[in-house]
Amino acid sequence: MSYNADSRGYYGEFGGAFIPEMLYPNCEELRQNYVQVMQEDFFKKEFQQLLKDYVGRPTPLYFAERLSNKYNTKIYLKREDLCHTGAHKVNNTIGQILMAKRLGKNRIIAETGAGQHGVATATVCALMGLECVVYMGEIDIERQAPNVARMKMLGAEVRPAKSGSRTLKDATNEAIRDWINNPVDTHYIIGSVVGPHPYPDMVARFQSVISEEIKWQLKEKEGKENPDYVVACVGGGSNAAGAYYHFLDNPKVGIIAVEAAGKGIDSGESAATSALGKVGIIHGSKTLLMQTTDGQITEPYSISAGLDYPGVGPMHAHLFKSGRGEFISITDVDAMKAGLELSKLEGIIPAIESSHAFAILETRKFESDDVVVINLSGRGDKDLNTYIDYFKL
Amino acid sequence: MTNRISQKLQEDKKLLSIYFTAGYPSLNDTVSVIEGLEKNGVDMIEIGLPFSDPLADGPTIQESSTKALKNGMTTEVLFNQLKDIRKTVSIPLIIMGYFNPMLQYGVEAFCQKCQEIGIDGLIIPDLPVDVYNEEYKSIFEKHGLVNVFLITPQTSDERIRFIDSVSNGFIYMVSSASVTGAKSGFGDEQTQYFDRIAAMELKNPQIVGFGISNKETFIAATEKAKGAIIGSAFIKHLTAFGADKFDTFVNNIR
Ligand SMILES: Cc1ncc(COP(=O)(O)O)c(C=O)c1O
Repeated sequence: MSYNADSRGYYGEFGGAFIPEMLYPNCEELRQNYVQVMQEDFFKKEFQQLLKDYVGRPTPLYFAERLSNKYNTKIYLKREDLCHTGAHKVNNTIGQILMAKRLGKNRIIAETGAGQHGVATATVCALMGLECVVYMGEIDIERQAPNVARMKMLGAEVRPAKSGSRTLKDATNEAIRDWINNPVDTHYIIGSVVGPHPYPDMVARFQSVISEEIKWQLKEKEGKENPDYVVACVGGGSNAAGAYYHFLDNPKVGIIAVEAAGKGIDSGESAATSALGKVGIIHGSKTLLMQTTDGQITEPYSISAGLDYPGVGPMHAHLFKSGRGEFISITDVDAMKAGLELSKLEGIIPAIESSHAFAILETRKFESDDVVVINLSGRGDKDLNTYIDYFKL
Repeated sequence: MTNRISQKLQEDKKLLSIYFTAGYPSLNDTVSVIEGLEKNGVDMIEIGLPFSDPLADGPTIQESSTKALKNGMTTEVLFNQLKDIRKTVSIPLIIMGYFNPMLQYGVEAFCQKCQEIGIDGLIIPDLPVDVYNEEYKSIFEKHGLVNVFLITPQTSDERIRFIDSVSNGFIYMVSSASVTGAKSGFGDEQTQYFDRIAAMELKNPQIVGFGISNKETFIAATEKAKGAIIGSAFIKHLTAFGADKFDTFVNNIR
């Protein structure tokens, strides 16, 4: 079985491009070009150069000794938190801005929830001197004021999404509507492995640098390329897709996906899509999503804004359905505890999204000689206010 | 296939089609809106099945959809409301909605229910023509439903020919690159587009939608095409005047 997209953008039964005809030319232009452009020497060189000099790659693969001792297994952290702008998101925005330039686009749009992807997009637009409009739910604009300010400093226009529930899914709707209204000069930089084909595959390829580095870094440290497990948190699924990418076809590498249970799977306030979702269509992709029996998309909840998405990328829906991936959901309470623990044991304050991945260590037991790589997708600076409020710091 | 849509398309006049959101302004307005529109000489009606995330729609239809859902509209409720519609209404009725609610209802069950009620066709903006062709065409046809596809000024000639070959009713010509309710009035780009499509001599007649709000735009849109669809402007009328006075609205258009 393949775990990558086929030529029509399907991962098993999931994926595809369920888009209105108004979007067909936009997606088709990308679809026809993305693989070929990404393989051009010039493109590859520019992408790799920017990842090195601007993003700061390769990010370290760090052996977390104190954490390993506590859980009696060998834990490595892939330090995406050390990327410029503070998370893995920039790997994708660098790739897509180069793609947009290559396709002759001069205007960039993006959606953002917590603002991480918005900041990463505004950053590369500043770098390339392109116009940038970021859609953000009205409610998120209030909750994430520092990131709104960062985007403005970087020269982006932040437009409030006022429809529906006024959060990430509605910001995505607004970005898609903008793209319908501006089909020729605009490129839409989606922030995760979601949306219509070719986005999930394109974003996964840009993020795959994460597992590419893990392979040679692990070889240096452990004498073998393949870990026993790769663990990542899943919102839309881009940091996870990047961390799994080069291990997908090797059944000896266990794949663990960690979703946000919010206040608990059965609380009605959760974002654990694999547990609560059913097959349906969201933002142009056939995948698992949280919805009413009538097919209306419901609002998820998590303490971490980056995991607060009612769907999941089609790759992950397929990993879940096929049994290739092990899916675990973690509550707000356990994630916050794990974030504090990583801070105290290793001197690293993680993004709350990433904290979810660490929280599995309490319950998911590993052998003492297992090599477990946890993708530390981002740093906790953006979450300081949440940590402060939560722990009364 | 003799379907009310095909028959209507043969009439020697320009067709006025109206879109409205089911369950708006009030949950139980659906049937009276349909009956009122027919009484006032409207040729065809698109009944909008509301969706939480209507990607191709501008603020007016988004808001009417949100309101309709709040009012309690669901697929099941809509089918119940329409149960006896063919006792009073004879013009073609089309359900327009996004694919996810239909998928959850079950596509086959949905189509069967439409047939029982006397729905003539479906417009599903986010069901692409190739997926329809491979997976759903036979189901739609079995239940006598016309499926209507959209084209836009950006659609290539080749793709328009393909869509024409798959269609069996009319083609929905989106007037400009936009979501619903975004633009009003037509410019040179639209005129060229209308001319280009007319010159292609497609097998299916075309009905123009998006950006039509009054007599002037209706006349411009139907100069070459068979008819035109009014959506957002009618929703605004419903919002302002309620669900029972349509004569001035329709008379202002033709
Ligand atoms: C640090 C961090 N990790 C994870 C995510 C979740 O996104 P994804 O699942 O696409 O990696 C986000 C999203 O904002 C993030 O900022």
